[in-house]
Amino acid sequence: MSTTRSRKDAEARDEGGSPPPRRRRGLRRRLGPHALPYLLVIPAVIFELLVHVIPMIFGVVISFLALTSLYIRNWAQAPFSGFNNFKIGLDIGGPIGSSLLHSFLITSAYTVLIVVGSWLLGLTAAILVNSEFRGRGWFRTLFLIPYALPIYVTVIAWQFMLQQQDGSVNTLLVKNLHLVDSPPFWLLGGNAFWSIVMTALWRTWPFAFLLLLAALQNIPPDLYEVASVDGASIWRQFRSITLPLLRPVSAVVVLVTFLWTFNDFNTPYILFGQSPPASADLLSLHIYVNSFVNLNFGLGAAMSTLLLLFLLIVSVVYIRLLRVGSEENA
Amino acid sequence: MRESKIYGVLRVIGLLFFALITLFPLYTIVISSIKPLQDVQSTFRWIPSRVTFEPYIQIWSTVPLARYFLNSVIVCVSATVISVMIAILGAYAISRFRFRGRNPFRLVVLSTQMFPGILFLLPLFIIFVNIDQTFGVQLYGSRIGLIITYLTFALPLSIWMLVGYFNSIPRELEEAAMVDGTTAVGALFRVLVPISMPGIVAVAIFSFMTAWGEVLFASALTTEATRTLAIGLRNYASQSNVYWNQLMAASIVVSIPVVAGFLALQKYLVQGLTAGGVKG
Repeated sequence: MSTTRSRKDAEARDEGGSPPPRRRRGLRRRLGPHALPYLLVIPAVIFELLVHVIPMIFGVVISFLALTSLYIRNWAQAPFSGFNNFKIGLDIGGPIGSSLLHSFLITSAYTVLIVVGSWLLGLTAAILVNSEFRGRGWFRTLFLIPYALPIYVTVIAWQFMLQQQDGSVNTLLVKNLHLVDSPPFWLLGGNAFWSIVMTALWRTWPFAFLLLLAALQNIPPDLYEVASVDGASIWRQFRSITLPLLRPVSAVVVLVTFLWTFNDFNTPYILFGQSPPASADLLSLHIYVNSFVNLNFGLGAAMSTLLLLFLLIVSVVYIRLLRVGSEENA
Repeated sequence: MRESKIYGVLRVIGLLFFALITLFPLYTIVISSIKPLQDVQSTFRWIPSRVTFEPYIQIWSTVPLARYFLNSVIVCVSATVISVMIAILGAYAISRFRFRGRNPFRLVVLSTQMFPGILFLLPLFIIFVNIDQTFGVQLYGSRIGLIITYLTFALPLSIWMLVGYFNSIPRELEEAAMVDGTTAVGALFRVLVPISMPGIVAVAIFSFMTAWGEVLFASALTTEATRTLAIGLRNYASQSNVYWNQLMAASIVVSIPVVAGFLALQKYLVQGLTAGGVKG
């Protein structure tokens, strides 16, 4: 607020007849004193409009068109089809609707596993690394490497590791640990689901670790000292001090990992390309295949719109719940 | 917290567990990159039959790695530089001014972060194709199209982080400069930007990492000539006969710049993320 006031003072001085400073640009003077913040945000607004807002609105428009490959270079000619695309997508009895529902359920299970798993692993590792000991920096750095690697490097490496005959995962399980008798196929059938879960979890938990560790470091150690003087057990300290104080960061971690995972395209696409096994057919890839391989853009756009609606509802409900919860706590 | 001996032992066990699950894939990548071809074409061996650095040389002729590299560097550096400039201006406006539309702007910028990429890809693809058709400006399949797309990806979080960073810097510093006759924009670049350098570099690294690892848009918006590392290597990995030792060598080469940058600056990244998160 103080800036606003001092700016007003400065403007008042300008109006008060003192000669305006030479450096003031002509454009700004013509647009008036309040134009500056708008000029500053214009570049961001233009690019957001071009890449995000306009395509999003356009995407909703397309979802009402029968836009197939015939009209790709001339979309305005595509016939209007009302809610037809949505009807096809939501018709659970039909082949397209039922495979979309299946993809939605698979994606939901995948998301729950990754979000919960990442938070648990991240929190455990953060607690282990929180206090001072020798070699702490090394562990911290090591745990962050999976998050820093480019996604495609991680997934390609797992693809290599999960090869049925020569992969290091099967070598470890069958030859070294003797946990299974014959090497399983990881990239086919039902196991493909666990392959994408392993790959995504390996990459995602370090993000939770990074943020939760930062939050742990901000908890004043006095709190624990007072609590232990009062005779609180470690478990009690964890429940009454650590968890409540981590709440805001945990909320961010859960929301961000939820959005990433639910929209995940990279893991199944890099592992399986355009024809994933049904058990790894995540929504983003499912929509991609329907749009770019089956060349039914209208249907793909309708599915995207449904996905967006779902994400909006979940996020709004989540933020509401969180706000109510934090008011109760306060 | 006073730590018992039992906790010390538990911690060692826990740390070993996390270290092993982290190291297993990393070890596979590194060790496979220095193996001769016959080692990676038969059952996985923990120790190479002999150590060779040939994969690091051969991969450049197996796939057009140099071209992928050049495309990725041009696209990612351009997108990062432009994105950081735009984010600095936008964050300055939000942090230091109260103006009409400020909150809607913040809301729109933040909410675009959550929308699924697949939602934009399709319309953006059609928009690019139609711009080409109508104005003759080639965006689909060109580096410019990809640069424009990528620079917006990191923009929301960059603005968010920089607002947090700028908010933590006392206004008196700029005010002093402005009393001395500098304009608000002058104060931004002469006072605020130099002080905020750590935060700005963290934002730049974050933007670069986002672009460097992007797959979805690169897969649909590039052609053979403009293919980035992400798509080039993925396409190679999906072939039926892959020289895995060379591919792992390439993976290491393309990872080193981002991993090194990230580890050097992760502290600032966390500061930026948490500062933005607290004051959002």
